[in-house]
Amino acid sequence: MSWIPVTEQDRREMLAAIGAPSVEDLFSVIPQSLRMRGWDLPPGMAEAALRRHVAGLAEKNRVSPVSFLGAGYYDHFIPSAVDALASRSEFFTAYTPYQPEAAQGTLQAIYEYQSAVCRLTDMECANASLYDGGTALFEAAVMACRATGRGVVRVHPSVNPVWRRILLTHTANLDVEIADGADPEGAACVIVQNPAFRGDLADFSELAAACHAAGALLVAAFNPVSLGLLKSPGAMGADIAVAEGQGLGLPLGFGGPYLGVLAARKALIRKMPGRIAAATVDTEGRRGFVLTLQAREQHIRREKANSNICSNQALCALRALIYLCLAGPEGLRGVAEACNAKAEYLKARLAARFPVANPGPTFNEFAVRLPIPAERAAAGMLERGFLAGLPLAAVGAGDENELLVAVTETRTRSEMDAFAAALEEVCHAVDL
Amino acid sequence: MNPELLRFTETHEWIGADDGGLYVVGISDHAQHELGDVTYVDLPRPGARLEQGAKAAEVESVKAASDIYAPVAGVVAAVNAELDAATELVNQEPYGAGWFFKLQDVDPASLESLMTHDQYKAFCGE
Repeated sequence: MSWIPVTEQDRREMLAAIGAPSVEDLFSVIPQSLRMRGWDLPPGMAEAALRRHVAGLAEKNRVSPVSFLGAGYYDHFIPSAVDALASRSEFFTAYTPYQPEAAQGTLQAIYEYQSAVCRLTDMECANASLYDGGTALFEAAVMACRATGRGVVRVHPSVNPVWRRILLTHTANLDVEIADGADPEGAACVIVQNPAFRGDLADFSELAAACHAAGALLVAAFNPVSLGLLKSPGAMGADIAVAEGQGLGLPLGFGGPYLGVLAARKALIRKMPGRIAAATVDTEGRRGFVLTLQAREQHIRREKANSNICSNQALCALRALIYLCLAGPEGLRGVAEACNAKAEYLKARLAARFPVANPGPTFNEFAVRLPIPAERAAAGMLERGFLAGLPLAAVGAGDENELLVAVTETRTRSEMDAFAAALEEVCHAVDL
Repeated sequence: MNPELLRFTETHEWIGADDGGLYVVGISDHAQHELGDVTYVDLPRPGARLEQGAKAAEVESVKAASDIYAPVAGVVAAVNAELDAATELVNQEPYGAGWFFKLQDVDPASLESLMTHDQYKAFCGE
């Protein structure tokens, strides 16, 4: 897009054409009380001085506490190849191509991402991605309503309570009722999560069968990295599978950008939101890629589209694809085993002092009951250089002394030993 | 079915009684021609009660996606399962094998407000 400068002469002519006396006059509808009164900025700085100033500000951030915080977003290792490949300008600078078939590389990457998601989840089709795990969960819920003609969505206690809130917000003006529990009778779907938000593992195969017997769907939220070890949503009989894809090569950040993963059984593909890339052949029989089944989408069906969130997270999906290709099935299993083994080590280490609140097996996250409020413990741990985990009461998922602790493959034994010692110290200090 | 004996809506559905006393609904020859090759039809659930003008089905073609509305009030008695595998029937035989669904509990008088074939042809400018 070219830069078109405006001269004073141009400005006067434009104002004359619309009959406004001045540029200021164009803002007259905004009350003075709401106007910017001034910027209160210090005098200008030379570039070198400015860099020193900003570096000084940045140093005030505590940039790398050792993280045991998870709750849906995890501190996994990101191989350099992910950044190197995903930051290639062909991918990095491209926005959704408005003539998508002109961007064969983008479509091939999306197609391969979808294929990888299907193999990971044992589902039959996947879309080109959505904003994040929470919006993917919402899309799955309304997709189930469309497919069944029913309006009740049951949310199992295993589901991330923040995602449940996203579900409530997004359905506030829709004819959809969000209810709790796991009773499929009369429901469009039952939503479950494995591992559960509090870390517990479950096999929802029987619930899937009960859902199908009652004419409902099973929506399964999953942790993609955990599928290196755990039973997949497809193997459990889930109809729709959703996830936050951050763990697959995306850095942690406040608010993202993250990755909404959504996969489904093929029978539901026309009810699925979002873009779908497909492989085909051109007139000379050569393999090529297209966007398919677009009649579901907003540019064709307008307000009746399956979803009116029309973006996907192509760059984030590309990172997930690169990560999965680098890891392969054995690599992903290795990451999952390391997460699980290290979490088990820390769990055993902490259990000597703090009761573990999970009744059964966990993957890489578990809850411990502290002798003091978890918020206070977390604050003390931050002083000692640790993100201790999530105080569960903060999201209504536990009592005030419960702390949700996550361990990934990036944590070392010495970090975990130091964490356990610091937590004992923090709790002991407050005890006295 | 003979289109001369059917009734039509401004949204291009047709309706007519079959031998068994049910009312068959489909889309007009004009509509299938405008849509182009039909690629998918989403049919209502048998037993569903539809008000006149309620969204009853969806049809997708290579060009567009459109909603199909109930021409009159009634209860869905049957749907054309053939369309799952053979959507081309909508293009080939819009007044025959390409029917969408059948209604029962229909008030015969409610058809009187719909267009005759001649009126519909005039409406379409044919």
